[in-house]
Amino acid sequence: MLRVCLKGANSAARKCLCGNGVPLHPLQQCRSYTSGGSGSSAGKIVAASVFTVGGGVGGTILYANWDPKFRANVEKSIPYSDQLFGLALGPAAPPPVINKPRKVEPVQISSMSEVWKDSKHPKAKEVEKKAEQPDAEGPPAPAPQETLEAAAKCTECEHEPAVKERPEGEVAARLAEQDKAEQDLLTSLSSNLEDALGSTAKVTLQAIGAQEAALQAIAQHTRQLREAMEAEAPPDKKSTQWRVLEDALSERSRSVDEAGAAVLKAKAELDKLRGVIDGAKHLKIAAARPSILAAEENLHSMVVDLDSVVTRVQTAQSEAKIVSQYSELVNEAKAQFQKELNSITPEIQANWKGLTGKLTQDDLNSLIAHAHRRIDQLNRELAEQRVREQIHIDSALEQQKLEDKKALEVAISTALEHNREQMRLEQEKKVEETREVMEAEMRTQLRRQAAAHTDHLRDVLKVQEQELRSEAEEILNSSLMEKETEYRRLTQDQLDSFTLDMSAAYARLKGMEEAIDSHVIAEEEARKAHQLWLSVEALNYTLKTAALNDPTEPLEGAVQAIKESCAEDEFAQALATALPSESLSRGVYSEASLRARFYAIRQLARRVALIDETRNSLYQYFLSYLQAMLLFEKAQEAPPAKLSAEDLDTFKLLSYAAYSLEHGDLELAAKLVNQLKGESRRVAQDWLKEARLTLETKQVVSLLSAYANAVGLGTTMAP
Amino acid sequence: MANEHGQKWDRCLADSAVKIATGLGVGIVFSVLFFKRRTWPVAFGSGVGLGMGYSNCQQDFRSPYQLHGHRVKEP
Repeated sequence: MLRVCLKGANSAARKCLCGNGVPLHPLQQCRSYTSGGSGSSAGKIVAASVFTVGGGVGGTILYANWDPKFRANVEKSIPYSDQLFGLALGPAAPPPVINKPRKVEPVQISSMSEVWKDSKHPKAKEVEKKAEQPDAEGPPAPAPQETLEAAAKCTECEHEPAVKERPEGEVAARLAEQDKAEQDLLTSLSSNLEDALGSTAKVTLQAIGAQEAALQAIAQHTRQLREAMEAEAPPDKKSTQWRVLEDALSERSRSVDEAGAAVLKAKAELDKLRGVIDGAKHLKIAAARPSILAAEENLHSMVVDLDSVVTRVQTAQSEAKIVSQYSELVNEAKAQFQKELNSITPEIQANWKGLTGKLTQDDLNSLIAHAHRRIDQLNRELAEQRVREQIHIDSALEQQKLEDKKALEVAISTALEHNREQMRLEQEKKVEETREVMEAEMRTQLRRQAAAHTDHLRDVLKVQEQELRSEAEEILNSSLMEKETEYRRLTQDQLDSFTLDMSAAYARLKGMEEAIDSHVIAEEEARKAHQLWLSVEALNYTLKTAALNDPTEPLEGAVQAIKESCAEDEFAQALATALPSESLSRGVYSEASLRARFYAIRQLARRVALIDETRNSLYQYFLSYLQAMLLFEKAQEAPPAKLSAEDLDTFKLLSYAAYSLEHGDLELAAKLVNQLKGESRRVAQDWLKEARLTLETKQVVSLLSAYANAVGLGTTMAP
Repeated sequence: MANEHGQKWDRCLADSAVKIATGLGVGIVFSVLFFKRRTWPVAFGSGVGLGMGYSNCQQDFRSPYQLHGHRVKEP
C-alpha cells in the first residue's frame, strides 16, 4: 500500500514535472518570441521617448532662440540650461543699451569743391580729395568731441545717482564742493574757450587774409587777362603780357590754394571750437553761459566773415571764369581765322603777325582779294556772329542766371544759416537774460521768504520765551509752596512725634498695668485650672481604687470637688453632671472585675443559648444544656470588622467578646454582648449594665481630664 | 443577673424535690389507705409531684420578671 502510494506520488510528481516541462520549452520559445516582441516594443518605446525628449529640448532651444525673455526664464528656472543655450545658440544678446549720442553738426562752411574745380582741373582733383578730407576730418573731429561729450554726460549721469544716494545732511558740503568744482570747471572752461577762440581767431584771420590775397590775385589776373584780350599791343609786348598773364594765373592759383588750405585749417579750428563750446554747454554750468554765448557769437561772426570772404572769392572766380571763357572764345576765333587763312592761302605761314614785307604783287592782289573776301566773309560772319552772339549772350545769360541762381541759393542758404544761427544766438542770449532775471527774482523771493521765516522764528521764539517764563514761574511757585508745606509738615511731624512719644509712654504704662492685671487674671485662671486638674486627678484616682470584684468607692466626693473647683466652667459642670448616678453613689467596677465576671456570664450564656424570648420549655433547657456541653468553640476569636448574619451566633459572639476583653477593648465586648438574643441576653444583662456604667464613667472622666489638661495647657501659655 | 439562673435552678430543684417527696408521701398514704398497698398511687403521686415541679420550674424560667417574695420576719 505504501509502495503503491509512493509510486502514485512519484508518478504524479513526474507528471507534474513533465507537465511543467512540456510547456517549458514552448514557453521558452514563446519567451524568445515574446522577448523578441517585447524587445521590439521596448525598442519602440525607447525610440519614442528619445524622440519626445529630443523634440521637447529642440523646441525649447528654438523658441529660446526666438524669444530672449523665454530664454531668460528657462535659464533662471532650470540650472545648467544657460550652458546648453550658450552651446547651442551662442551667448544671449545683452539688452540694447539706450545710447543717445549727441550729433554735432560739422561747421557748415560752403564747400570749396566748386571753387577749386574752376581753378585748374588737375589741381582740382587734388583739391577734391582735400575737400573730401575735411568732411572726413569734420566727423572725426566732432567724433572725439562726441566721445568727450558722451564721457562728460556719463560722468554727469554718474554724478546724479550718486547725488541721490548721499544723505541729506551732506547737502551743504556737497553744494560747496559743487560750487568749487563749478568754479574750477568754469575757469578751466573759460581758459579752454579763450584758447580755442584765440587760436580759431588767428587761424580764421589767416584764412581771411589768404582769401583776400586770393581775391586780389584773382582780380589782378582777370584784369590782366581782359587787358590782354582787348588790348592790341605789339607782339613782343603781347608775349610779355602773356607771360605776365601766366605769372598772374600761377599766382592766382597759388593764392587760391593757399586760401583753400587756410580755410580748411580755419574750418578745423572752428569745428574744434564748436566742439569745445558744446562740451562746455554739456557741463551745464550756469555761470559759464555768458562766456559760452560770447564764444558762440565769436564763432558765428568768424563763420560769417569766412563765408563772406569765400563768397567774394567765389564771385571773383566766376568773373574770372567768364573772362577766361571769353578769352577762350577769342582764342578759338583766332584759331578759326588762322585755319581759314591757311586754307585759303596755304603758302602764307600760320602767323600773320610774322608777315614783314616779303609779299609779291600777286600775293598782295590775292591777299587783297582774299582780304575783300575775308571782309565779306567776316561781315557775314559778323552778322552770323551777331546772331550767334545774341544766342551766346542769351545762353551765357542763362548760364549766368543759373549760376547766379545757384550762387543766390547758396548765398540764401548761408544767409539763412547765418540768420538762423543769429536767431539762435539771440534766443539763447534772451534765454540767458530771462534766466538771470528769473534767478534774480528767485533770489529776491527766497530772500523775502528767508526774511519771513526769520520773522516767524522771532515771533515763535518770543511766544516760546513767554511760555517758558510762565512755566518757570509756575515751577518756582509750586516748589516754593512745596518747600513751605514741607517745613510745616516737618514741624508738625516733630510735634506729632513728641506727642506720639508721650502717648506711647503713657500707653506703655497703661499696657504694663493691664499686662499686670491680665497676668493676675491669668494666674487666677491657671490656679483654677490647676485645681480642676487636681480634682480630676482625684477622680481618676478614685476610679483606680476598684478592688477585684468590688466596685470603686463612690465617686460623689470627687465629683463634688470638681464641681466646686470649676464653678464657672459650664463645660466641666455639664460633664460632671453627665456622670451616671450609680457611679456617683455606688461606684463602678473595674475592667478586671468585669473581665473576670464575664467568664461566668459566658458559661451561663452558653448554657441557655437555645432559649429565646418565648421562654421555651424545660426540655428546651435540657437541649440547650446538651448543646453547651457538646459544642466547642474557640475560646477567643478575633472579631471581624463587620459582623455578618452568621456571626450573630451566641457562641461566636461570646468568643469575640472574650477576645476583645482579653485585648482590653471593653467597649467592643459590650457591643458584642449587646448582640446576644433571648435568654442569654437576659442573663448577660447585668454584666452589660455594669460594663456600660464603667464605660460611661471612664469616658466622662477622660473628657474631664482632657479638658483640664487643655485648660491647664492654655493657661500655662501666657497671653 | 447571673446568679438568678442559679437561684432559679436551686429553687426549681428544691421545689421539685419537695413536690416529688410530697407526692410520694401522699401516694404512699393513699396507697396504704385506699388502694390496698398497690404501687400505682406511689408512682402516681411522685409523678404528680415531678410534673408539678417540672411545671413550676418551667413557669419560673419562663417568667423572668416575676419576683419571688421573701417574708422577712421581724425580730
